Amino acid sequence: MSAATAPPREATATPSPSTPARGRARVSGWARRAPLLPALVFMLVVTQLPFLATVVYSFRSWNLLRPDSQAWVGVANYAAVFTDRQFLGAAANTILITASCVVVAMLLGIGLALLLDRRFPGRGVVRTLVITPFLILPVATALLWKHIMFEPVFGLVNFVLSPFGVETFDWVSQAPVLSVVVALVWQWTPFMMLLVLAGLQSQGGDVLEAGQVDGASSWQSFVWITLPHLRRYIELGVLLGSVYVVNTFDTIYMMTQGGPGTASANLPFYIYQRTFLGFDIGQSAAMGVVVVVGTIIVAMLALRLIFRTFMNAQEARS
Amino acid sequence: MTARAPERAVSTTAGTRRPRPSSVATRLPGAALTVFTWVIGLVFVAPVLWLVLTAFKQENQAATNPPTLFFQPTLDRFTAVLGADFLPYLGNSAIATLASTLLVLALGLPAAYALSIAPVKRTQDVLFFFISTKMLPVVAVVVPIYVAAAHLSMLDNVWTLVVLYTAMNLPIAVWMLRSFFLEVPTAIVEAARMEGAGLPRILWSVMMPIMAPGIAATALICMIFSWNEFFFAVNLTAAQAATVPVFLTGFITSEGLFVAQLSAAVVMASLPIVVIGWTAQRQLVRGLSMGAVK
Repeated sequence: MSAATAPPREATATPSPSTPARGRARVSGWARRAPLLPALVFMLVVTQLPFLATVVYSFRSWNLLRPDSQAWVGVANYAAVFTDRQFLGAAANTILITASCVVVAMLLGIGLALLLDRRFPGRGVVRTLVITPFLILPVATALLWKHIMFEPVFGLVNFVLSPFGVETFDWVSQAPVLSVVVALVWQWTPFMMLLVLAGLQSQGGDVLEAGQVDGASSWQSFVWITLPHLRRYIELGVLLGSVYVVNTFDTIYMMTQGGPGTASANLPFYIYQRTFLGFDIGQSAAMGVVVVVGTIIVAMLALRLIFRTFMNAQEARS
Repeated sequence: MTARAPERAVSTTAGTRRPRPSSVATRLPGAALTVFTWVIGLVFVAPVLWLVLTAFKQENQAATNPPTLFFQPTLDRFTAVLGADFLPYLGNSAIATLASTLLVLALGLPAAYALSIAPVKRTQDVLFFFISTKMLPVVAVVVPIYVAAAHLSMLDNVWTLVVLYTAMNLPIAVWMLRSFFLEVPTAIVEAARMEGAGLPRILWSVMMPIMAPGIAATALICMIFSWNEFFFAVNLTAAQAATVPVFLTGFITSEGLFVAQLSAAVVMASLPIVVIGWTAQRQLVRGLSMGAVK
């Protein structure tokens, strides 16, 4: 993607003054760059070439089922993409799923992090348990929610809700987007929790004590001292989470197959269908390019933030 | 950020039992809050606990209403999964995961080292490039990769996955490893240089031992992501090279019939990586934020 992106200006303008001057050995520029080259070339070949090819394909009419019918078609594929109702529906689903998953997972993550920040018997055990949903295969998580939690007759969710009059509600087919979001929130909450916990533990106790001495209530010191301190960690979690969740494919593939109809298809799943079930290379490529342009906006914010956090941490060390 | 841990340790050993007033809820009695935390934690992982329980049931105990809590545990479902040709998938996953992780380290260590020594003017551009590839949606590259793999007769070949997983993890590894290289105290390296040690010697005898935990953590993070990858695995492999996540697609339509077997399969498919993740949990944050948060 970076073919289309440029480094954040502040990052290039100021070669960070605090980078340790470890390379005092007088090696020439090339000797110093040589170790970098294999990795750099590898990444260029494996990520940038295919992306360029995608851009080229996106201007062609090409269906694998009709190999002889290739032709340049200009922006026709893009025109088709933007008038494709299913594509627009998938785009709306992508935004809905990503935004709700990231926001809810972050709120739950903050809650869990606050609970786990305190010292208490068994903290390590609870912490280990709580990160488990993030480690389980996402494909397995989807199966777990579909067949064990959301199963209409024997599922745990309906069993727990049965005192409230829910009997055999078929979550996955009646509320497919909600079901997918629940599984994703469960999967991503530990990620948010870990980032917020790292933020909490980097907070100096002295500031909070000073606040307490000045008569701040717990709630006041949380809102006025802890939250501002956590801001960067929360931003980082939201942005990184968005970049990952936007690409969700496995959960939808396993739980709903985008269905019923295309009710729960997001962009990765819809493009997958067009590519591997419809074999429409030109259209799929155009959709891919559109997704990249959309992602760049979020990704640029995320990248700047990572750079800022990273460089600050470096400065703090020196 | 790094000065934090010792500071904490001191405050607890000093015997001032005053709780750190960071959480909103510190005013609640401690014991009640501890119980509350445990309950919340257990509710949150209840699906996992239930899954593990179900894996040890017979099929007729797995799908009941109300759910069966007490039963004679059995390993039957695990043997049934192994009987369903699970091992070849496991083998492919192991190859894809281990080979790509080794390749990531082989490419990433030199690159991270080069990016950690005195700033080349382009260092930040290169770092930026690496991390930006991580933001590239896979759907934007999968079409040409599929076409290329088909041309090269590399479809359904586990080494195709190795190459792609290497590309997927290399940016994270470079960033993470660089952050570890930066933490090697300059004084130690300088001292070794004063003693007359050459660069290879410094790298191997001085930096390696200090870097070892960081390298291990990086490898573990890469293994987690490779093991869990699904999109490329399902689209580029078939009978020969399919990995564990692809094996699980066989259970998509098992509507209450094979819930116990499904659970056993999920437990076996996830266990290696869950254990690895537990082991690496201290470094998880660092990997997930590409080294930005320690």
